[in-house]
Amino acid sequence: MIKNTARYIKSLFLLELIKGLRLTGRYLFKRKITVQYPEEKTPQSQRFRGLHALRRYENGEERCIACKLCEAVCPAVAITIESEEREDGSRRTTLYDIDLSKCIYCGFCEESCPVDAIVETRIFEYHGEKRSDLIMTKEMLLEIGDQAEEQIAKDRAEDAPYR
Amino acid sequence: MEWIRNNLITPLVEQLFPAAVHTHAVFTIETVFKIAVIIVPVLFTVAYLTYAERKVIGFIQGRIGPNRVGFFGFSFWGLGQPIADAFKLMFKEIIVPSGANKALFIAAPILSLAPSLAAWAVIPFGDTLVLADINAGLLYVLALTSLAVYGVIIAGWASNSKYAFLGAMRSVAQIVSYEIAMGFALVGVLVASGSLNLGDIVAAQNGSMVHWFWLPLLPLAVIYFISGVVETNRAPFDVAEGESEIVAGFHVDYGGMAFSVFFMAEYANMIIIAILISVMFFGGWLSPFQGILPDSVFDVPMIGTLLGEGIHWLLVKTSFFLFMFLWIRATFPRYRYDQIMRLGWKIFIPITIVWLIVVAVMVVTNMPWWFD
Repeated sequence: MIKNTARYIKSLFLLELIKGLRLTGRYLFKRKITVQYPEEKTPQSQRFRGLHALRRYENGEERCIACKLCEAVCPAVAITIESEEREDGSRRTTLYDIDLSKCIYCGFCEESCPVDAIVETRIFEYHGEKRSDLIMTKEMLLEIGDQAEEQIAKDRAEDAPYR
Repeated sequence: MEWIRNNLITPLVEQLFPAAVHTHAVFTIETVFKIAVIIVPVLFTVAYLTYAERKVIGFIQGRIGPNRVGFFGFSFWGLGQPIADAFKLMFKEIIVPSGANKALFIAAPILSLAPSLAAWAVIPFGDTLVLADINAGLLYVLALTSLAVYGVIIAGWASNSKYAFLGAMRSVAQIVSYEIAMGFALVGVLVASGSLNLGDIVAAQNGSMVHWFWLPLLPLAVIYFISGVVETNRAPFDVAEGESEIVAGFHVDYGGMAFSVFFMAEYANMIIIAILISVMFFGGWLSPFQGILPDSVFDVPMIGTLLGEGIHWLLVKTSFFLFMFLWIRATFPRYRYDQIMRLGWKIFIPITIVWLIVVAVMVVTNMPWWFD
């Protein structure tokens, strides 16, 4: 009986609703959490998986030995590799294509690589205007690797203790 | 006004029209001018109310709301947003569905906007600042705010679409139920003030903040405000629009300017409801400092004008209630349909009837402060 009366009074004087209004009223003056994207950016992990790159050794020799482990592990079948023996007898790729429209950015290629050749960089702001723009060839991947090498090497070093 | 009539309108009329129709022409032009003076700021407010809504709801949700579109390369906290939206909608095509009743389809948005603009005719902005000082102002307002529902019904019918029809039917049932509680709340005001003229209603609240009708008519004021939220189909009573269930309700099939006219009608109705609450329960243009500060304060130039009665207090009060609309929308989830019906029929109508008797007793016994 008393419980019921209390309930009636509570709903008649809109007490619960006023509580709700007070809560949202407090949020009106709280600090805003919006990150205004092109000017501000959220922090990235060193394990960020963005655009792919092929790395080189310090002497300029490309790391990839065409073992095709990445091609085999890729769940989206986005990687196509063809290889050939070079004049000096080492095995190198002649074709290394990644179809970004198929890639799911899982990072398996990077995990599987025995020589740390294929990596995913922190670059995520890129676009293609037609499908063919999104097929990365070996030359393009090497170029990205050359440009981002500093960041890539730093991220690998930072992450090394946890691997 | 006198000055404008004598120096601008009369010479113009004498140039253009024969002498026989001079007085009529002056009257007509003067009225059109007055209407423009009211309608243009109203439409401007409607535009910026959409901006305020996005900003307030954004702030409450921890976001910052629109802040990109500005003027001359500066963003000005996104103040250009409503203008950009208006231009975008103007240039969009109005698609009339092939199964629709074309005439009604086009007429519906006009029918919903026109009453909410026409209601401004009787709103008193100050002692003498009113376009049409008619005696049955309250009835006129009640009639026009109820007329707005026809726009919704006709839109739902003319679209010839399931969702639109569902939205229209919901809206009809909802508005019809709350019309009663709203009417009773207005009857309370009528009994308390003894007049149907909105200017007289404000004059009856003269005295101080406690003389305003919100105190003796508190339940009616609350019910009128909530019913106002329902009448304008605003969250948490927006089942007629019901985004998550029936897409956009009665205006699913509308696009471009036809859609934006519906949008404007909704916001114009909000402003009307907010200004009516200020006029009927919160003393309209009367100053809240009246009766608290000594009378000599109001004679001080500048400060006296600011603290004394005037249109600015009406605007402040209206803005507060508009903010309440947005605040409520940002806080509460949508009512279930049967809950809306229960609230309207089983809670609001009994409360208003009981309080009507209380008000009548207060008036008959000449209760001090308000009715002595």
